[in-house]
Amino acid sequence: MTTTNPTLPGPGGLPEFEVDPALYRHLADAQVNVELDTGDMILNLGPQHPATHGTLRLVVRLDGERVVAADPVIGYMHRGYEKLTEVRTYPQITTLINRIDWLSSFANEVPFVAAAEELMGIEAPPRALQIRLVLTELSRIATFLLFLGEMGLQVGAITPAFYGFRDREYVLNLIEAVTGGRFHPNFNRIGGLKDDLPWGWLNDTRHTMEKVLDSCDTFETLVADNPIFEKRTRSIGIIPAELGAAYGVSGSNLRACGVDWDLRRDGRAFLPYSDLEWKVWTHPDGDSFARYWVRLQETRESARMVLQALDGLASGPVMAKVPRIIKVPEGENWVSCENPLGEMGYYVVSKGATGPFRVKIRSASFSNVSILPWLLRGVYVPDVITILGSLYFILGDIDR
Amino acid sequence: MLELALDVGWGTTLAVKTIVVLMLIPAGALILGYTFLLKMMSHMQSRLGPMDPGGFHGWYQLVGDGLKFIQKEDIMPAEADRRVFAFAPAVVVISTFLVFVVIPAGPRLVVAPLDVGVFYALAVSSLSVIGVLMAGWASANKYSLLGGLRAAAQLIAYELPLVLAVVGVVVQAGTMSLQGIVEAQRDGAIFGWDGVGFPFVLTQVVGFGLFMVAAQAELTQPPFDMPVAESELVGGYMVEYTGFRFLFFFIGEFGTAFAFAALAATLFLGGWAVPGVEGTAADVLGPIVLFAKIMFVAFLMFWARFTYPRLREDQLQSLAWKWLIPIALVNILVTGILKVAV
Repeated sequence: MTTTNPTLPGPGGLPEFEVDPALYRHLADAQVNVELDTGDMILNLGPQHPATHGTLRLVVRLDGERVVAADPVIGYMHRGYEKLTEVRTYPQITTLINRIDWLSSFANEVPFVAAAEELMGIEAPPRALQIRLVLTELSRIATFLLFLGEMGLQVGAITPAFYGFRDREYVLNLIEAVTGGRFHPNFNRIGGLKDDLPWGWLNDTRHTMEKVLDSCDTFETLVADNPIFEKRTRSIGIIPAELGAAYGVSGSNLRACGVDWDLRRDGRAFLPYSDLEWKVWTHPDGDSFARYWVRLQETRESARMVLQALDGLASGPVMAKVPRIIKVPEGENWVSCENPLGEMGYYVVSKGATGPFRVKIRSASFSNVSILPWLLRGVYVPDVITILGSLYFILGDIDR
Repeated sequence: MLELALDVGWGTTLAVKTIVVLMLIPAGALILGYTFLLKMMSHMQSRLGPMDPGGFHGWYQLVGDGLKFIQKEDIMPAEADRRVFAFAPAVVVISTFLVFVVIPAGPRLVVAPLDVGVFYALAVSSLSVIGVLMAGWASANKYSLLGGLRAAAQLIAYELPLVLAVVGVVVQAGTMSLQGIVEAQRDGAIFGWDGVGFPFVLTQVVGFGLFMVAAQAELTQPPFDMPVAESELVGGYMVEYTGFRFLFFFIGEFGTAFAFAALAATLFLGGWAVPGVEGTAADVLGPIVLFAKIMFVAFLMFWARFTYPRLREDQLQSLAWKWLIPIALVNILVTGILKVAV
């Protein structure tokens, strides 16, 4: 059994697995069905493991400390949101989809609300769109700050994790000040936003963004520049660009492979990103360090975007005229946005009722972790944790 | 003048000495745990929790932690090798206990002034890995097993740089007795000026650095905490331990940190010696000075512990074999040449 990653597949081909497929498929049931081979050990990482951010279960076949095969088992947190949306009205659904990726709840709401608005032919006022943009970027900053700290924890440094939590708190306070909810704002309405910004919020935000930029510098010196951190992450878990795209990896993970693709710039414009001056960061390496570096730069970029957006904030209402009972005309719509974790999209099918007929949720983490079996073969156990940490998934976002 | 009554029977002396050493371990562990784990770490990481309980500066936190461990249920896995599982924490603490026996805290304040003190201390301190291996194996848990095996591999790699780093000091002092090393430093002179003696850290900077790195690996502290590896192995060999047995490991960990800090203070920083103080006064002042030095060394250790990420096991091995051991050998060579030449 070789221990290196297989060669890249040809165009359109799937990666070749050198492990016996039958053995591979039944790894999850190995503890019940299969006798342990001599030499190999089957290790259950999770569902209760600190590195899996919740309840991801990884069944890992180990030869010493080297991973021979790894099989993610998902579904421990399946909450049936796609089915639930069919028995809820449109305004109620934002409460549900808040909880898909619970770190960046506000960003979850935006694509769904945009899909419904487009079907109804309503346009949210410019101020509402700008505030949506600001809050989306704030939740991106909150998510990434946690990542920047937690990644240190995954490779063994405790201190950055606490800095991450502390600095995220400042941003969450801002979100709370506007929406009333730290984690689950439920602030988007079809046609705009629930409320306008509170008085004095702009100044607070400017101060906090300066703090965020500062703490990015801290993370750079404390974590990214640390020689041990570089040793642990450089050339660990390299995703080749074509393979990443083939697996549906998106967001910062894909940009860290050198793919210059960002839905904020390249997708349909649901939020006024084109008014701002900003840059899509990429890194050519595709390894764990690249993913850390790209997220670090994107945090800074987001903070600068927020500062710009605050300066150019339009005046006016935050809510368009909408009927009291929201009924979406018959039709289908697919909207996806650049969420902190990657491309998040909703395919909404409406039959003209107060609730959707069917909603398909495309969540970023689900596709991002689909590459794990390929990525984890041949690495050491500590690298498994590094790779899991650097891919940065949220279990709610995988299982929905 | 204070005169210590030492003309009691050997049985009483032994009992007193045993009690003192037995108390040193938990006391040292508690002091380090309180000062560094709770207070320094809280300040470094802006943690609020450990600064709160009890009002003043969170003084109650450690008591609360201790009480928590004592009242926890003592769980033993069904598959565990019961006797080995139960005995493993004791082995770890015993190895720490044995180190304290030779560390001098004053001209007469030493339990057993062995002629081969350095050798003995380094030998018994590595006994703890047997306890770690026992715990890792007996827990019947795959994470524990990985942790235990990592600890064993780590010990073999780091025992050598640790010993080699100390050889420079031994060559310079011309003795392996810890008391002799302290006296050599006390009686030394810097370019003819004997105001503060001659702490060996001045000439053995490399040795001191190597000793600290290797000690960090021996203690399984970050950046070398792979056997514990909270984020990978969820505690490694300690995974199945609860309550009082876990507390034993905790005491062992911090007690050993205290012991290694004491060794480093004795070998490199002059130990208990106070310039110009002799006799009984040195017996009184000695422990205080030694304690201050221990705290300084421990501060360095814990500072690194809370700052650095963890290396990978293979990276640790290559660091030990490719860098630390060659540097240590060169250090010994240079020390030897200078010793003979000067």
